[in-house]
Amino acid sequence: MFEIFGIPSQALFGQLLLGLINGSFYALLSLGLAVIFGMLNIINFSHGAQYMMGAFAAYLLLQYLGLNYWFALVIAPLLLGVFGVVIERLLLVHLRKLDPLYGLLLTFGLALVIEGLFRNYYGSSGLPYQVPDALRGGQNLGFMFLPNYRAWVIGFSVLVCFSTWFAIERTRLGSYLRAATENPALVRAFGINVPRMITLTYGFGVGLAALAGVMAAPIYNVSPQMGSDLIIVVFAVVVIGGMGSIMGAILTGFLLGVVEGLTKVFFPEASNTVIFAIMVVVLLFRPAGLFGRAA
Amino acid sequence: MTSAGRKATSHRRDSGLSLGLAFAITAVFFAVAPFAIYPVFLMQVLCFALFACAFNLLIGYVGLVSFGHALYFGWASYLAAHAAKSWALPPELAIVVGTATAAVLGIVAGFLAIRRQGIYFAMITLALAQMMYLVALRAKFTGGEDGIQAVPRGRLLGLFPLSNEMTMYVFVFVVVLAALALIYRIINSPFGEVLKAIRENEQRTISLGYKTERYKLAAFVLSATLAGLAGSLKALVFQLASLTDVHWNMSGEVVLMTLLGGLGTVFGPVAGAFAVVAMENYLAAFGQWVLVIQGAVFVICVLLFRRGMVGELGHRLGVQL
Repeated sequence: MFEIFGIPSQALFGQLLLGLINGSFYALLSLGLAVIFGMLNIINFSHGAQYMMGAFAAYLLLQYLGLNYWFALVIAPLLLGVFGVVIERLLLVHLRKLDPLYGLLLTFGLALVIEGLFRNYYGSSGLPYQVPDALRGGQNLGFMFLPNYRAWVIGFSVLVCFSTWFAIERTRLGSYLRAATENPALVRAFGINVPRMITLTYGFGVGLAALAGVMAAPIYNVSPQMGSDLIIVVFAVVVIGGMGSIMGAILTGFLLGVVEGLTKVFFPEASNTVIFAIMVVVLLFRPAGLFGRAA
Repeated sequence: MTSAGRKATSHRRDSGLSLGLAFAITAVFFAVAPFAIYPVFLMQVLCFALFACAFNLLIGYVGLVSFGHALYFGWASYLAAHAAKSWALPPELAIVVGTATAAVLGIVAGFLAIRRQGIYFAMITLALAQMMYLVALRAKFTGGEDGIQAVPRGRLLGLFPLSNEMTMYVFVFVVVLAALALIYRIINSPFGEVLKAIRENEQRTISLGYKTERYKLAAFVLSATLAGLAGSLKALVFQLASLTDVHWNMSGEVVLMTLLGGLGTVFGPVAGAFAVVAMENYLAAFGQWVLVIQGAVFVICVLLFRRGMVGELGHRLGVQL
């Protein structure tokens, strides 16, 4: 046990860990938003609701089918990915030629519908979800206690984020995707089915949100409103980072999580507004965002 | 949104007549209505109509989508309530305090938000509003979850006791009508023409020598101020200022009213406010279904009904409303 700036190391590293956990979710969600925005030119306002659905999918799979966390980790993103594909085909496809504002309004409406339905059936109080058996307990690192599940969340989200980055920036499929983001008409002329790529991209983005939801289920309670407050913070993260770069979205997410965690140690009363305050500062001094190309 | 705007310039002559008629009908309706409909409900409609018209000034005429207008509405409502209750100011001064608060917040938020365009603008305004929601949640004077309750309505100019429901109604009616006339005047002034030009093509407006940033900021502050006027009135009508008014749900609601009524129409937001407030009152017993229905209305409006009620009516009749 030692102290840093008069703060016991346990508290400091504990909050740093919590910050990294929050940062993992910011990174996963802002990554999904950036991927969707790049392809569809839509800000997916229902991203928070889809994250919440992912957590509920994990809860319901366990409750009704007896499928544990590890199954949920695979099934929930797939289910929600299909849900995303259906939404894109039924609704978003009609907005292709319109002002991006309409995409925002439509997905906002969708978020209200989803949240309202879940509140009707499950109320506003949270439902508990157990940490999977294999990840119970934790390690004593000497300067802090590290719960296994939290270590897993951080490790796994880093893995997912960088796999996504690799798939988009370093593979052939990713190069089609990037090309279609730049100039869809030209890519179509090369015989690539761009509309299908757009649909699958949306499904993938929604799947990422669901994956984050499953990982969040054992940490936060599963509740209908778990997504709506989070998504506004993620919007601020996206404004800070800019959506031009995949890596930028990931790094900004983790970084802001850590900053938020540190704020909790030093200025607890400012901890839930600090990300918004950073957004204000970034807008003043670097209006295009940390990693943004000029809009 | 843009097609409605283009019509506006081509039908200048007869639009004056149709708009004048619509204004008269609205005024007569709200003058007669309190004898048939519960006045508090009507006052709620009037406050939200003003709120939605103020919001429409930005989205409909400058093409800026603010997703955080609850910030000005809610904070004005808090400050007006606080001024009337704790400082014991007369109602007219309480409203001035609330409206001025919204104006100041509008200057700060507008200055930050116009630094980014398009979809970022919406996210910034939403994030700023959420930040101030969290501040309201923690601040002492707002009363946290309880809000500021039992706000005294006081005597208007020291003469008319607003505790009388009808006196209050006449006051709200006159203020809202005057504010709507002001908005109409703004839209049809040379300043308003520049705003519409920015909506249609900002780059070209810049190349014509207009400092579009200043126009956008001015429109933003006007919109925030008028939203604040609506919020201050609301605090007196319900004698309550609470977290509901600053929550992002409220920002969404005002978007819904404007969209349902018709973006960029003069009377759309009024009709939209009436529809949404009525829906909430009649569906209050169904709890969370209100949220589901609101969401569904959003989706349907965006997919099938982008002109909104008044916009559609105007389109059918071939006039601007």
